[in-house]
Amino acid sequence: MSSVVLQISCVAGLLGIAVLAIILSRAKTSTTIIYCATTAVSLVALFGSIRFLVGEAPNPSGLVLPVGLPWLGAHFRLDALASFFLVVVNLGGASASLYGLGYGHHDPAPHRVLPFFPAFLAGMNLVVLADDAFSYLLCWEFMSLASWALVMAHHRESGNAKAGYVYLVMASFGTLALLLAFGLLAGPTGDYGFAAIRAARHTPYVATLVLILMLLGAGSKAGLVPLHVWLPLAHPAAPSHVSALMSGVMTKVAIYGFIRVIFDLLGQPIWPASVVVLFLGGITAVMGILYALMEKDLKRLLAYSTIENIGVIFASLGLALAFQANGQKLAAALAFTAALFHVLNHSFFKSLLFFGAGAVLTATGERDMDKLGGLIHRMPFTSFVVLVGCVAISALPPFNGFVSEWLMFQAVLQSPELPQWALKIMVPAVGALLALAAALAAACFVKAFGVTFLGRPRSTAAETAHEVDRYSLSAMIILAALCLLAGILPGLVIDALAPITIDILGGRMPIQANEPWLSIAPIAESRSSYNGLLVMIFITLSASLSVFVIHRFASHAVRRGPAWGCGFSDPTPAAQYSAGSFAQPIRRVFGTLVFRARDHVDMPAPGDVRPARFRIELHDLVWEGIYLPIVGAVGFSSDRLNRLQFLTIRRYLSLVFATLVTLLLVLAIWS
Amino acid sequence: MQMHSLAFDISHTLAGGLVLISFMMLYQDRLYSLLNVFALHAVVLALSVAWQAYIQDAPHLYITAVIALVFKAIVIPVALHRIVKQLGIHRDIESAVSIGLTMLAGMALVALSMVLMLRVTADADPLAREDLAFALSVVLLGLLVMVTRRNAVSQVVGFMSLENGLVLAATGAKGMPLVVEISVAFSILIAFIVIGIFLFRIRERFDSVDVSALDDYRGERR
Repeated sequence: MSSVVLQISCVAGLLGIAVLAIILSRAKTSTTIIYCATTAVSLVALFGSIRFLVGEAPNPSGLVLPVGLPWLGAHFRLDALASFFLVVVNLGGASASLYGLGYGHHDPAPHRVLPFFPAFLAGMNLVVLADDAFSYLLCWEFMSLASWALVMAHHRESGNAKAGYVYLVMASFGTLALLLAFGLLAGPTGDYGFAAIRAARHTPYVATLVLILMLLGAGSKAGLVPLHVWLPLAHPAAPSHVSALMSGVMTKVAIYGFIRVIFDLLGQPIWPASVVVLFLGGITAVMGILYALMEKDLKRLLAYSTIENIGVIFASLGLALAFQANGQKLAAALAFTAALFHVLNHSFFKSLLFFGAGAVLTATGERDMDKLGGLIHRMPFTSFVVLVGCVAISALPPFNGFVSEWLMFQAVLQSPELPQWALKIMVPAVGALLALAAALAAACFVKAFGVTFLGRPRSTAAETAHEVDRYSLSAMIILAALCLLAGILPGLVIDALAPITIDILGGRMPIQANEPWLSIAPIAESRSSYNGLLVMIFITLSASLSVFVIHRFASHAVRRGPAWGCGFSDPTPAAQYSAGSFAQPIRRVFGTLVFRARDHVDMPAPGDVRPARFRIELHDLVWEGIYLPIVGAVGFSSDRLNRLQFLTIRRYLSLVFATLVTLLLVLAIWS
Repeated sequence: MQMHSLAFDISHTLAGGLVLISFMMLYQDRLYSLLNVFALHAVVLALSVAWQAYIQDAPHLYITAVIALVFKAIVIPVALHRIVKQLGIHRDIESAVSIGLTMLAGMALVALSMVLMLRVTADADPLAREDLAFALSVVLLGLLVMVTRRNAVSQVVGFMSLENGLVLAATGAKGMPLVVEISVAFSILIAFIVIGIFLFRIRERFDSVDVSALDDYRGERR
């Protein structure tokens, strides 16, 4: 059976499971059956795509199904790029299904989740496989609608309805942009097959318009600032394993769309395109993580952090565009590999962290970090794997996050070889933004982990929490292990990505398998190299050694003394360092500019017994500056246009008549 | 050659006559005279279609011509006469928009359709070209009649004359299947029946077929 047929059969299986879920919707065992089935199918699809990607010389294989438009059919094709994203999708799908086996039992309304979960997975698989614009858009909409239904699964909780609405509006906007982009690509001949689009030559004018439209279309789904507004609303509203899929996988499908069109279909890029992508990527990374730092809702924090990572990936893609436009294949392959590697990594650790947030939610019923704390004693396994996820997303060695960001900075360091001065200046500036984002991400996840898992419980719910079930834990442990594996064996991943860079860019990074001791050398060993395994051995050895030294040579006597209470003797748990207080220095430095943050202290007069109050004022300038005016304008014009509902028959006739005459006039003047 | 030129002249005359009669419709302010002009309109249309059938050597167009003659020149005007009589509105005078203004607008519309059609169909058969330009004028004038009248009966007449323009365009183009023309004719007949029933319903409820009564009923100011 050819690989593409296998993938399509898996999709058909997933759709079948969705139908089965509708039939079984009220049965007690439905949760177990459905998630078992999706795990199995996702695993089959996962191994199929891995075999295709790392097997010798992955040859693209296509398939035409006689569905869809009668004279067109639906074209599907599996090539190296698609197979890589299928690995991401199905790995996320399999782990989320495994997690769902345990987590799904806590769901108050499983029949609102179960049918859409496999459908959502099928939609994402189909988008990656689609090989003509029509099936691409159809599958894209299918994916969006399925995820929308999942966002609306708990529709009675406050805020979820708004989240669903904003998501729907932004998704329609994004699809409109994609529709126009594909329309431009197909051109006057109107052949919507990707093969024909790839073969056609596109004028710079069309290429620029397509780039803008793709940034709007794929960017709104991926969460580029300022199109990100739906993401922190919708991702947390869904059940946690779906949040993991939306954040860790669906955003990657959007990136796939961007890569497919901009790198593959448009052909040779022009260098000004890279400036736009670089700039947006850098801004997105910094803004995303600043938003995350201000947040005290665990799942919203993770959603904002997704925006940051999307920014990092887009910045790497921008670098790849810049090098590709100048024909520097090696550097382009390096930046492109860094982007793809980060796509993979982010799907690992963001899924892991959302699973962890879901576990905390199951155990305590809380998402507000200021009501959590001390969970490390009550949920030791969850705490450990979430710690692994936090270290990985903070880009610390020896985990995978470090490798991809390191590769990206290696690509940034190649920028002096670019001929254009604009890029020579721009790339290091974006590099600085990315470095800032990386540092802020570390601070953000110190806050997320510290406030949630360390310290003392801030509520009874946190005090009485229990470890979650085995299925959820095993899903998280598998992802944590993958984070470590990808971190210490990066050469394997880089070599596996080589067929893609050869396909898309026509160049590749040096073969890493030949490097001694599993190290990686992106350009040449004399320039720079990294060895995750050695770093891990060093960290393990030095940490064990220092623990041994401390315990061996320090005093064994246990001394009991009064704990330092920061000036508050016998503090209540609520007086601990909170999420807001941790972020305060950063709020002071960046927030006054980016969020117009103000601290309001209401201190009672001496002798007054009412409590002092402290209030933080934050403004989301993107929402207030862009979206609220648009909402206002739409509201204003619909108020005005409302009168059209109540015209007389003659007025309606006159309107039709006037429109007709105007159109004829336009034709008469311009034809 | 001489024959062709004569054929062209006659069809040109008939189509032009149709436009002229459309103009006549614009300034009829009595319902009976409007209906009479409409009947004349339909007769000229039937002649024009028959002439097209003759010069295109397309016998099925004779059927269209007969349909136009029977239904539009006889059945519908007679039926409308009776409706007007039953409703007792044959003395009503309409004054929505002044006649001078309407005539000016009509001239502008004819000019527009000439300019547009002659330019768009630059490389078409000259016969079809002229025909299409006239047909578009008739359609636009029919719409103008609908827009400038208040009385429901005259709006119906405007609609019917608009349809005459469509038939003119359809017959001018060679190879239009008979099925299409017959189905158009029948849809018009059905529309006429539906509108006729509605006229009586409106009348029953509001004591008038002036459509402004409907607006008063909806509580709208105009």
